[in-house]
Amino acid sequence: MNAIMAIAGVVIKELYRRKDFYVLFVLTAVVTLLLASVKFFDDRNIVRYLKEICLLLIWISALVIAITTAARQIPAERENRTLLSLLAKPVTRGQFIIGKFAGCWLACGFSLVVFYSFFGVVSGSREHSFALPQFLQAFWLQWSMLGIVVALALLGSVVFAAPSSNGTICFVVVGGILLLGRHLNQVALRLPEPRRTLLYTLYFLLPHLEWYDVRDLVVYDQPPVRWAACGLAMLYAGVYTALLLYAAWLVFRRQALNQ
Amino acid sequence: MDPIVELKNLRVEFHAQNSGSARKVAIKDLNLKIGAGEVFGFLGPNGAGKTTTMNVLLGFLQPTSGSAFLFGVDVREPIARQRIGFLPESTYYYKFLTAEELLRFYARIFGIPRAVADERIDRLLSLVDLDAARKRTIKTYSKGMQQRVGLAQALMNDPDLLILDEPTSGLDPLGRMKVREIIQRLKNAGKTVFFSSHELGEVETVCDKVAIIHQGELKVEGRVADLMAKHQANLEKIFLDIIGYQPPLAA
Repeated sequence: MNAIMAIAGVVIKELYRRKDFYVLFVLTAVVTLLLASVKFFDDRNIVRYLKEICLLLIWISALVIAITTAARQIPAERENRTLLSLLAKPVTRGQFIIGKFAGCWLACGFSLVVFYSFFGVVSGSREHSFALPQFLQAFWLQWSMLGIVVALALLGSVVFAAPSSNGTICFVVVGGILLLGRHLNQVALRLPEPRRTLLYTLYFLLPHLEWYDVRDLVVYDQPPVRWAACGLAMLYAGVYTALLLYAAWLVFRRQALNQ
Repeated sequence: MDPIVELKNLRVEFHAQNSGSARKVAIKDLNLKIGAGEVFGFLGPNGAGKTTTMNVLLGFLQPTSGSAFLFGVDVREPIARQRIGFLPESTYYYKFLTAEELLRFYARIFGIPRAVADERIDRLLSLVDLDAARKRTIKTYSKGMQQRVGLAQALMNDPDLLILDEPTSGLDPLGRMKVREIIQRLKNAGKTVFFSSHELGEVETVCDKVAIIHQGELKVEGRVADLMAKHQANLEKIFLDIIGYQPPLAA
């Protein structure tokens, strides 16, 4: 556990000492505050638009942070040869993968806390009310989803040598699932066999990241999701995360670390 | 007494690139034993198999056949690496950390208690002359300073065996002298040091024993003084003879 937490600690330090997080946060804050200062035809629903845009920016920023942070971890360790110093110590490759995952996921969690705190202050100041359960669910489910994304990017980083190609593939896959994942079964119904079965299989195999997108609860002040459903979603995310990390370990444990 | 490092019939083969299914033999049935308290120089020209041997010892590479042991424990067991320190060649440590944070990170890996780690970090940073730069991030360090912080991390767990891969490569004469001093100090403290180097004068000065490897085969092994007496030559001459170097004929 010492080794895992130590490795995770370095990843978190890296996040707050690099500029990426600050750039994304400042960008989100500037766009949101600019929109908040403008009045469009005295529209009373303007706060909803503002919340929608701010949450969209938070989603995009969180995905950028999760994918870029996770995708560069192992290739950077290889390129700088710090992987050799680290694995020459009593650290197993499994601990290394889990430590990297824990660091990236916790770093995403800290980033989300900052983003959601800002969002809470802005929306609270405009609406003079605050739907805490919906807010917590949106945060918690997004963080759970990021666990799958981080594990996917780590798996990619042991398969693809270049972080840029891994990052691009991860963005395409995650974006594709978020935008099209929920429609795959409907598309499959209209296809002839065997493509129907293939697409159905894909529909059931893919992690449904879109289930974790509950921004509408916060934007339209809808009632919160049942907590049991949230728990099941967390379990679902945990299973996919574990499977992806296991696959990453299977690939990484056999890789020769030639100097 | 059990050897600290032991290689038994070690053989490593790679798929040679650009040659179809042909396999390149990097290490040919290497047998080696290093005893406690020895400073052992591992010599050979580039591509001889020195780093590959170290990679097997550190568990980075699976041998094709044969076995390797550290302190009598198979190198495939992570616990075999509990009592070793390793300095890889030309490593660029986490540039966003300070030297102090880097050493604290490695101390946590070994589970060293905070008070012991604090004392050891102070001692190591002054040993490698980085006390004044301990709060600066590593990205501001020169190559020599990076190499010295690498040496400090290799000593963080107070290892009984130190494995150094070309520790003086890229260092200025002062840096080399410092590394030599540290190796000498470790030797006096009864530690075992296994290192590869191309600096034969340096090896002659600090090593008790050497092994010369060429094209994956162990060509010679023995005490430095014995080899020099037997060949009536310095280590550089012995090395060049063993690898078959022919000096160009004078015009």
